Parts: sequence; C-alpha cells; structure tokens
Amino acid sequence: MAAIRFSDVTLGYDRHPAVHHLTGTVEAGSLTAVVGPNGAGKSTLFKGITGTLKPLAGHIERNGFGVRDIGYLPQAAEIDRSFPITVYDMVAMGLWRQTGPFGGLGHKQNNAIEAGIAAVGLTGFEQRVIGTLSGGQMQRMLFARLLIQDARLIVLDEPFSAIDGKTCNDLMQLVRRWHQEGRTIIAATHDIELVRANFPQTLLLAREPVAWGPTREVLTTENLHTARCMCEAFDESAETCVQAA
Amino acid sequence: MIYDALIAPFELDVMRRALVATFALSFSAAPIGVFLMLRRMSLIGDALSHAILPGAAIGFLIAGLSVFAMAGGALITGFLITIGAGLIARATPIKEDASLAAFFLISLALGVVIVSVKGSDEDLVHFLFGSAMTIKSPALILIAAIASVSLVAFALIWRSLVMECVDPGFLRSVSGAGSSAHIAFLALLVLNLVGGFLVLGTLLAIGIMMIPAFIARFWARDITGMIAVAIGSAMISGYAGLVISHSVGLPAGPTIILAAGALYALSVIAGPAGGLLWLALPRRHLRA
Repeated sequence: MAAIRFSDVTLGYDRHPAVHHLTGTVEAGSLTAVVGPNGAGKSTLFKGITGTLKPLAGHIERNGFGVRDIGYLPQAAEIDRSFPITVYDMVAMGLWRQTGPFGGLGHKQNNAIEAGIAAVGLTGFEQRVIGTLSGGQMQRMLFARLLIQDARLIVLDEPFSAIDGKTCNDLMQLVRRWHQEGRTIIAATHDIELVRANFPQTLLLAREPVAWGPTREVLTTENLHTARCMCEAFDESAETCVQAA
Repeated sequence: MIYDALIAPFELDVMRRALVATFALSFSAAPIGVFLMLRRMSLIGDALSHAILPGAAIGFLIAGLSVFAMAGGALITGFLITIGAGLIARATPIKEDASLAAFFLISLALGVVIVSVKGSDEDLVHFLFGSAMTIKSPALILIAAIASVSLVAFALIWRSLVMECVDPGFLRSVSGAGSSAHIAFLALLVLNLVGGFLVLGTLLAIGIMMIPAFIARFWARDITGMIAVAIGSAMISGYAGLVISHSVGLPAGPTIILAAGALYALSVIAGPAGGLLWLALPRRHLRA
C-alpha cells in the first residue's frame, strides 16, 4: 500500500522548479533514503510532503493520514539555538498533537517525555538550555521529540550531518526500531555508505529524479555521476516548462 | 525615617496612581521586551513606539487631552504602520527594518508638527516624555485593561510563540498556530506601547519594555526565569524611579528609565549569567 503518491509533482519557489516532475510512491512501512547533492531539492521535497509548500504543479497524495500525522525533523540550521528553552520543554513539544497549544502536561505525559529523553541517552540534561548542547546532543534531543511524537510517517531532513559515529549509530538504531514498528520513514542524507548499509529504498534526486527503487539498483556509479552533474542555478530567463506529464 | 523616604511619598494620590500604572505596565510590557530581545527585534519596538505619535497627536487635535482619543489614535496608527511596513517590505526590495525606520521617522516628524499646531511646548514635552505624575483614573483604567488583556493573551499564545521563535519549521509541521501567534504578539506590542506612551511618552515608552529584558539576560538562563526577572526589575525601576523623582524633584518618567539603566549597569557588571565581573574573576575550572 502506498503511504505517499507523487503524481508529476513540481515543487519550487517563485515559479522556478526545485523538484521537477517527480512521479512515484513511498510504500507504507518502507525505509527510504533521499540522496542528492546540495540544492538537489531534498528539503523542498520534504516541505512538500509535510504540506508547508504547495506544489507548483501535480499533486501529492497522502494515504490515510493528514499532514499533522507526520513527524518532521527539521535541519539543525533552522533552529534558533540561542533561544533559552530547556531540553525538557523542547522534547515536550513532541506531544503537541495531544496537548495542542493550551493543554497541560499530566503524569502520563511527563513519563513519556522522561522516557523519550532516556531513550536517546540525555538523562540528566533535562533542565539544560539548548544553547549549551553539543551538535550530537542537539540531534539526540530532536530524536527524543520525534520519538514521543509517535508519528506513522517520519520525515528526517539530514539527521546524520555533522555528528560523530557513535551518535550516528545510536540514532540509526532508533530509525531501525521505527522501521520494525511498521512506520514509514524518509530521510535525506549525504552518507552513501550509511544508505547502502541501512536503507532498503533510495530516491536519487538532482532537481529531477535520477533513479528511485531498491538501493542497490539506484546507487550505481553511473547514476551518482549523473546526479553530480546537475545544474544548480535557477535560470532567470527560463521559459515556461511544457514537458508532458 | 525609612518610612518617610520609601513609603510616605505614596500617601500622595498622584504618586500612588503613577506607581500602580508602572506596576501594571511591568507585568505586560516586560515579557514582551524579553521576546523582542530574543527575536533580535529590540530596535523594531523602538521604531514602533515613535511611530504611534501622530495618531495620539490627531486624537489630541480633535479632543484635547482626552486619554481615550489619544490612545485610540495611537492604537490605530500603530496597527496601520505595523501592517503598512510589513506590506511594503513584502512587495518591494526594502527590508522590514528599513521600511519601519522610514515610517517611524516620518511619523515622529508628523506627530511633532501636529502637536505644535494646537498645543503648547509643555504639551509636546508630555507627548515625548510622558506624564507619569498627572495620570488620571481613566488613563489608569486603560493601562490596567491593557495589562490584563496582555497577560491573558500571553498565556494563550505562549507555547506557540516560543515554538515559533525556536523551531518554526517544526511548529508548521504540527500546527498552523505560528503565524497567528506572531500577529497576536505584534498586536500586544502595539497595545503595550500605547500603554507605555501614557506613562512615559513616545520616546521612553520602549524603555520599560526593553531595559528590564536586557537586565534579565544577565540573571536567568531559561525563558521563564528571564521573564520573572524582567517583570521584577521593571517594578523595582518603577518604584525606585518614583521615589527618587519625588525626593529630588526630577521628572518621573526619565527617572524611572534611569533607575532601570542603573540596574542594567549593575547587571552588566555583576549579573551571574555572563556579567563582566565573573569573566574577569580568575576562577579555576571545574573537574567535569
């Protein structure tokens, strides 16, 4: 069963496409890596999936869940780390769908938050403000938030960038656990070896989809070369795209 | 003796009213200041506080020194300018801060011209630096209402506002509350600037909002603590400023802001969260 179906989707900004003519499906319960150079449209694709960016053309069909059912891990750079919020409060935000903007945290919620923090190995850091965390600890905290969000579809934007091997292993273990629990997971990453070892499915993206399918068939030398040759810049004087669907 | 210096001044009606007004403002304006500071918008508030002058001046032109006319006019221009500056920034290459700066300079000049047409120099001084010592009941009720509305609104948007500041991408993925929280916050900002205007005038209204926030940065590390410190230091400044202005015979508004300034200086030097003294002190590092 398809969890997400893309039908000739073009996503972009100001009429310029960043993801061009994407068609395909993400199966429910699958574990998919999105691989591609910087500017390939990975983050843009994720904004399309989470519904924060409307497609310029085509449509994205989500099967059986709304955009609010998606657990989304933003790129670390999008978070204002100087803001004085504690680890506990930040992780607690994973319960937003239960509590909403007003609801209080009861005994059950507090237990869930503490369990989430413990699962990523941050026990003892609850009252630290996020500005004092290392890059790896920051990422662990964001995974704790995802963990208690308990989402059926999980979208991870570069979850393993700029973290060390141990943290990467620990977090990858969480991803595998989510996979075993039958959740659908899509993750953007630049680590080809990590993808080969852990992700059954891969979408190789370079503004346009280069290949999509079982990882072994997608990550060939030839395909990776094609992806690297992608033209990154928007053409300011580009004509209207007339490619048939 | 101590009673004479610290409590007796408030046996006067005007002093009591001024104290209540500054306390009420402390509760609503100081938390807003903390958020402005954390969002690096400190100067936006400054610009906006000047921008409300022509509205207040037009109210004055129509109805004389009526609090409701002036506050109403100020409120309307405040909202118009916030929206106008935002729209111009979105539609043209001008950035939002530049757009707002243009608006506030024009507004300030326009406001001063309008007040001068009808009023005396004394009126103008009241507009620019406030009239803490002549606050009447209607102004007091208005300020108390603004503070009450602000506190309730703050409680409602708190969680969304914090998330909108820290991690807007995540907030968008779980809720659509982010942009409405931002708009509500801007509305609260305008509302409190109008309240501050009634006590401290258009040039100093922002002082009771921002300086306590800067003080708080030196004493607390998390947002809740910062807001508590900001409210507390705004109240202390208000009280100390009024007592000093009464005993020495200085204008109340500027003295309140100077009291806050003194607290700020103390915090920069001795505040436990990053004060200069702790940096200069040669303390051994910890084991872990």
